Amino acid sequence: MDATALLTVLDSGLRLSIPLLCACLAGLWSERSGVVDIGLEGKMLVAAFCAAAAAYAAGSAWIGLAAGVAGSLIFALLHGFASITQRGNQIVSGVAVNMLAAGLTAVIGNAWYGQGGRTPPIEGPQRFGDAVLGHSVLVCLALAAVPITWFVLNRTRFGLRLRAVGENPAAVDTAGISVSALRYAAVMLGGVLCGLSGAYLSISQSAGFLPGMTAGKGFIALAALIFAKWRAWPALGACYLFGLLDAIAIRLQGVVLPGIGEVPVQAVQALPYAMTVIVLAGVIGRAIPPRAAGVPYVKER
Amino acid sequence: MIRGSLVAVGLLISAAALAQGTPAQQGAAQALRPAIVYDLGGKFDKSFNEGVHMGAEKFKKETGVEYRDFEPQTDAQREQALRRFARDGHSPIIAVGFSQESALKKVAAEFPSLRFAIIDSVVPLPNVRSITFKEHEGSYLVGVLAAMASKTGKVGFVGGMDIPLIRKFACGYVQGVKAVKKDAEVFQNMTGTTGAAWNDPVKGGELARSQIDRGADVIYHAAGGTGIGVLRAAADAGKLGIGVDSNQNGLHPGKVLTSMLKRVDVATYTAFAQARDQDWGGHQVLGLKEDGVGWADDEHNKPLITQDMRDAVAKATADIKSGAVKVHDYMADQRCPV
Repeated sequence: MDATALLTVLDSGLRLSIPLLCACLAGLWSERSGVVDIGLEGKMLVAAFCAAAAAYAAGSAWIGLAAGVAGSLIFALLHGFASITQRGNQIVSGVAVNMLAAGLTAVIGNAWYGQGGRTPPIEGPQRFGDAVLGHSVLVCLALAAVPITWFVLNRTRFGLRLRAVGENPAAVDTAGISVSALRYAAVMLGGVLCGLSGAYLSISQSAGFLPGMTAGKGFIALAALIFAKWRAWPALGACYLFGLLDAIAIRLQGVVLPGIGEVPVQAVQALPYAMTVIVLAGVIGRAIPPRAAGVPYVKER
Repeated sequence: MIRGSLVAVGLLISAAALAQGTPAQQGAAQALRPAIVYDLGGKFDKSFNEGVHMGAEKFKKETGVEYRDFEPQTDAQREQALRRFARDGHSPIIAVGFSQESALKKVAAEFPSLRFAIIDSVVPLPNVRSITFKEHEGSYLVGVLAAMASKTGKVGFVGGMDIPLIRKFACGYVQGVKAVKKDAEVFQNMTGTTGAAWNDPVKGGELARSQIDRGADVIYHAAGGTGIGVLRAAADAGKLGIGVDSNQNGLHPGKVLTSMLKRVDVATYTAFAQARDQDWGGHQVLGLKEDGVGWADDEHNKPLITQDMRDAVAKATADIKSGAVKVHDYMADQRCPV
């Protein structure tokens, strides 16, 4: 494999890892505050649909991005309302978000455009083109989100409180800080990042929305989150690794490696999941989630 | 609906007037209530399923006969949908796609008085018409065009689900390419091994880009909705794509070299039109000779097709029709000779 081929694989890996990265960071914010979010997939899907529909209607990719973020935010607030204010089961609420998103986008898409849930293909200025080194602006935004997440979470008062809410909400409450306000803030930040992820999928990486186009990326992002042990920089590493594996799997198809023979693509595609299982089993260090994750906070009366 | 029933009533009256028809004939005349169960790509995949949809719409427009249709979201829904249409007395019921074979086998056997058809597979029952195509012949033609349009001598193929039918497309294509340029390189990729592979344009785009990175400048897809991403990636990179099933030249005018036409629209139309005929069942194989496959030539790709290419493809067509050139069918022995 020569240098250009290597470079194109690395490049392709980056493209494929961006939606994962945004969703993974969204999950990180939410879970660090103690709200488990398996609705990443659904929020990405809603964002992808809103972004494509708005970009098509308004003729501007930026308006598409704004609409995508807005759509994702609404669903994030829905999840927040159910799991923070109503103290519902966070897993159930997340599943509901996923199902609602999958159904709603297809139905509305079909009603508006009559193409089986698809939006019309979007062209030119409706789409983020290649801006920086063959990548779109959204790639830069996503990559910038990593150091920002790290900094805010680890070096600011807000971040400290947020992490504390995820570990021991009662202590934070005792200090006179609102647990639900912090959790809502985290869930909304997650919504914005999922919006970025979905918009990237529909108006940058491809050109238009398709029902179910996230194809499980939200769940791979969750796997990456566990793999990265809920930390920002490792999340970048995990997502890039998963993206790279995907890119390699694409290029390995039908290639005969000396000594090994033809590599079954399924084996490479299963690697992210296999690695997550290994991490969960405690082979490569232990992955310990935030202590209060998944537990609704009930103020003592 | 009202028009549809009027036609049906009219037919009933004429059948009664004849009063000589066999029960089977009367049954057929009474029951022109067509229904379609699409494949997973959905009826607006701009490709295979959409072809069926166009054929059905054409029939509706010309005859006023309404039809029902269903787009299954999962494999399990196929049999339910077929059975529901059958229970409601629809006939003919057209099952689109090879993956409905087992479901149709079951349902068609349960409703022997109704008429069924399956596209892309063979179900040997007396009330089922099986329609298959010689995709290898059409793919051979676009392979000839691809090889002549390529400047690098490298062309690509992106398939949807990895199944013998799609290998048949690939194999015919490779044969066409090699017939023009013996030393040409053909990159082949399949999108996946499940039904989701028909509907993943992001992956399709990545596959196309990987082939372009390796030097391919013409890429043929047989991947349903996934192919939209393939054509998009080729157009974005300033290369040429080749569409499949329906005419996809207009998706990116000037960037789609041609489309391999599989006339599922004609097959659907004919099936609807002949549903009242005495003969049904049997196995129709539609190739170049029967105009079942071909290549798309319209205003969108006119500047891309030179006279030399036109002549070459015309000669290949004539040779295949006359039998001078035999395109190997992958599905005959699960093997591709080139």
